[in-house]
Amino acid sequence: MDRIGYAFADGFTIARRNVIKIRRVPEILVAVLVTPLMLVVMFAYVFGSSIDVPGGSYREFLIGGTFAMTLIFGATFTGVGLADDMQKGVINRFRSLPITQSAVVFGRTASDVIYNVASLAIMAGAGLVVGWRIRTGVADALLGFGLLLLFAYAISWIMAYVGLLVPSVEVVNNASFIVIFPLTFIANTFVPSDNLPTPLRIFAEWNPVSAVTQAARELFGNIPAGTPAPQVWSLQNAELYTLLWSAIIVAVFAPLAIHRYRRVGASR
Amino acid sequence: MHPSTHPSAASAGPGGIEANGLVKRYGDVVALAGLDLVVPPGTVLGLLGPNGAGKTTAVSILTTLIAPDAGTAVVAGADVVADPRAVRARIGLSGQYAAVDEHLTGFENLDMIGRLYRLGRRRAAARGRELLERFSLTDAADRPVKTYSGGMRRRLDLAAALVAEPPVLVLDEPTTGLDPRSRNELWDVIRELVRRGSTLLLTTQYMEEAEQLADDIVVIDHGREIARGTADELKAMVGGERMEISLHTDADLDTARRVVARFCHGEPHIDGRTVAAPISGGAQTLTEALRALDSAGVGLLDVGLRRPTLDDVFLVLTGHVAEDDAAAASNAGPTPDRRSDESMEVAV
Ligand SMILES: Nc1ncnc2c1ncn2[C@@H]1O[C@H](COP(=O)(O)OP(=O)(O)O)[C@@H](O)[C@H]1O
Ligand SMILES: [Mg+2]
Repeated sequence: MDRIGYAFADGFTIARRNVIKIRRVPEILVAVLVTPLMLVVMFAYVFGSSIDVPGGSYREFLIGGTFAMTLIFGATFTGVGLADDMQKGVINRFRSLPITQSAVVFGRTASDVIYNVASLAIMAGAGLVVGWRIRTGVADALLGFGLLLLFAYAISWIMAYVGLLVPSVEVVNNASFIVIFPLTFIANTFVPSDNLPTPLRIFAEWNPVSAVTQAARELFGNIPAGTPAPQVWSLQNAELYTLLWSAIIVAVFAPLAIHRYRRVGASR
Repeated sequence: MHPSTHPSAASAGPGGIEANGLVKRYGDVVALAGLDLVVPPGTVLGLLGPNGAGKTTAVSILTTLIAPDAGTAVVAGADVVADPRAVRARIGLSGQYAAVDEHLTGFENLDMIGRLYRLGRRRAAARGRELLERFSLTDAADRPVKTYSGGMRRRLDLAAALVAEPPVLVLDEPTTGLDPRSRNELWDVIRELVRRGSTLLLTTQYMEEAEQLADDIVVIDHGREIARGTADELKAMVGGERMEISLHTDADLDTARRVVARFCHGEPHIDGRTVAAPISGGAQTLTEALRALDSAGVGLLDVGLRRPTLDDVFLVLTGHVAEDDAAAASNAGPTPDRRSDESMEVAV
């Protein structure tokens, strides 16, 4: 095998380790499967039944936002996992092995994708049960799921960097909450952003989370009929804007995280 | 103070370790202040020092985890800075805290390491089973590591370092925090490795451990060497053993110190109501000292003759007791009792 082949094999071995953990660690199982399921059902019945959107179903409108929020929070696994590995000395063991150094971080972020596919599958299933429908074709739907996974994958790289920067699981958890919570709420995830106060509205309109949510809704055909077309470029070109952000985030944070990984202090 | 010969390039050989003038600073803290180490192939070097002495820093440099600020090191024929990958392919590291994934089983841990060493699926699995057998972990092989005892984790961690049968092994405080029984088991395992011809660098806070396992011992403090030699040479410097007496009342402390001083080398060390002092001549000297204390009217609560510990080495070589680095101590896991477990109690 050549270098690249080895790097993939190493990354695969690392990712495999994290997948084994879904079965072993109840917290991961809950976070990957139970919580997303609960969110879909809860949002559908609590908000979805009490709020009306003219020309469509609020329940359907909510699903795209719920998908986006859940998957983005999934990136926390990478941060927490790496911080935990640092604390326990597992990173030092990996760093003392003759493996492709970036494989550990690549493998870690790749396992987020696997976790996220599982979350997405269970959420989509639950969504269908509570009345969500994909009103477009298979290709569009797959593209929608793909964009959600891609954007969440990009966020994993931010969390990888954070996890290697602050080597404590608690700090990563808090940091991720403080960043991800506003990012996913000051957006069009749960309410249309048009009615927000101006500064928040502008933030929400250019927030990539809004774009990925908008893209998912469009691709699933969940935009209520009669909704006015978006006024800003970011939401008019939601797919492209999501792709751009994903590319930029990975381009910035992947090198940062790998660089950081190579220089992790050994004794603490 | 020590009979050290300056390390020369020839002495380490292709399968050994040789470090010259290693320096590492963390801000204002000088973790290593110019350390030289030589481990000839097939031998065991014990790096002995208290918490914060710089042991882990030295290990980290030699295993390519951090780069030194100055100095050079060649491990198994490869330079740690210029060719870290080659070093990694030839070493096995077992760090200060068992670095195993506690949610995976023992087997899965070793299997993963084997795959990362590119043994291939089948060989990684076979090697994992073989090591589990060798380290008496077969029964626990398919249980998650979080159900393991401290000693079992340590053995698994050591097994992980051996997956690729590296010629050079580096073990950072392999028995710190273990109970005496687990410690003995681990010593047996390490002795077995040495018999098979591994080159071994072992750090420890226990004089007894260094004595049991190492051919040569380097004692370090504040990042620099303070003594070097075989266990016998060090003991000769330290005077082999020491007496320890505890008193009934503080009032006798002064008299006791003066009497004990006549029988020991250096100044007796006082800690609460305990007077400790390096002596030679074993039970004979102790008996004489006890008689003298008795006739001076000193009331004794307890008397012991203890084998040399790191504390004694420090007391003699530096004139002070080894101090834990505050930062290191607060950061470290369970702080071990540096006193030797064995002591020969003498009835009064
Ligand atoms: N990453 C680090 N950042 C700051 N100081 C450190 C770091 N690692 C070690 N030190 C300091 O360097 C000194 C030596 O530490 P270490 O090598 O861990 O000692 P030992 O392993 O002998 O207990 C200590 O004073 C410790 O506090
Ligand atoms: Mg240490």
